[in-house]
Amino acid sequence: MKRVLLFLPLVFALAVGVFLAAGIGKDPTKLESARIGKPVPDFSLQSLNDPEQLLDASLLRGEVSLLNVWAEWCPACWDEHGYLMQLANEKGVRIIGLNYKDQRETAFRFLGRLGNPYQQIIFDPQGSLGFDLGVYGAPETFVIDAEGVVQYRHVGVVNEQVWEEILLPVINKARGKS
Amino acid sequence: MRYLTALMFLLALAGVARAEVAEVYDFETRAEEQRYRDLIAELRCPKCQNQNIADSNAPISKDMRDQVYRLMREGASDDEIVGDLVDRFGEFVQYKPPVDKRTIVLWAFPAIAVIGGVLIVAGVAMRSRKRDQEEPALSQEEKARVRQMLADKDQQS
Repeated sequence: MKRVLLFLPLVFALAVGVFLAAGIGKDPTKLESARIGKPVPDFSLQSLNDPEQLLDASLLRGEVSLLNVWAEWCPACWDEHGYLMQLANEKGVRIIGLNYKDQRETAFRFLGRLGNPYQQIIFDPQGSLGFDLGVYGAPETFVIDAEGVVQYRHVGVVNEQVWEEILLPVINKARGKS
Repeated sequence: MRYLTALMFLLALAGVARAEVAEVYDFETRAEEQRYRDLIAELRCPKCQNQNIADSNAPISKDMRDQVYRLMREGASDDEIVGDLVDRFGEFVQYKPPVDKRTIVLWAFPAIAVIGGVLIVAGVAMRSRKRDQEEPALSQEEKARVRQMLADKDQQS
């Protein structure tokens, strides 16, 4: 009985070690969205291309789509844009853009240089929809299901690895449901 | 006189510094302003993770301070204001997590650690005392032998 007790500290240390090791390598700057499982908040914002056209949350219903939060001033958005073009053109993914705290001219310059993968772009110069979605740094990419409910939020650049390992499984699951 | 001038100058500067910290918000009472300060001090910036939104210059912190102010204006309670931001950004933005099923271990851990430590120390102390009473380090015979040996040694020298 006494002998067994001697191993207690070892067991305890191992347990703590396993628990702490699980946290290593996790990126603490990537937070899980609080909006998962909730519908996209109501909004009424202009389309980037056409100030006359008002967009609302119905834009994100009917089909599974990606909602990509971007801005010209965001360096990582420049990095991921090429891959978004690929997703839209080669894989036929429906991507809606949310132009976040940007200006029309700079946004157009960005798209003029890198191309436009978005089916529609919401123009949000005040960042109000971004705020309601809990956006804390572009780029962020949300997976929205056909009912307009947020299924996932990815913070940071979307590249092939992120697409294959994270976004595609979520999208397939969202598609399977509807 | 010179001291007075310097003092006046410093006082004027103090006013400038205060005005900067208070941003552009107007509060009707001192209490309201204090409430605002307390709120932004206990909300955490999701972007610059180890700062509260009072200290952070990140645009998102500015947006969050605006929202806190707006909700205060609308008469929201502290819990409602914090809840509103948690709904958007997640529990991460709260420095003080609420006490519930998931966080009870976290909250109770200091007490558990202290009580556990006291119990272990008390256990060890009681056990050693009991052992001392039950079986003293040397039995009567052994003590006699020790005395005998020491006495022998004395004689030899």
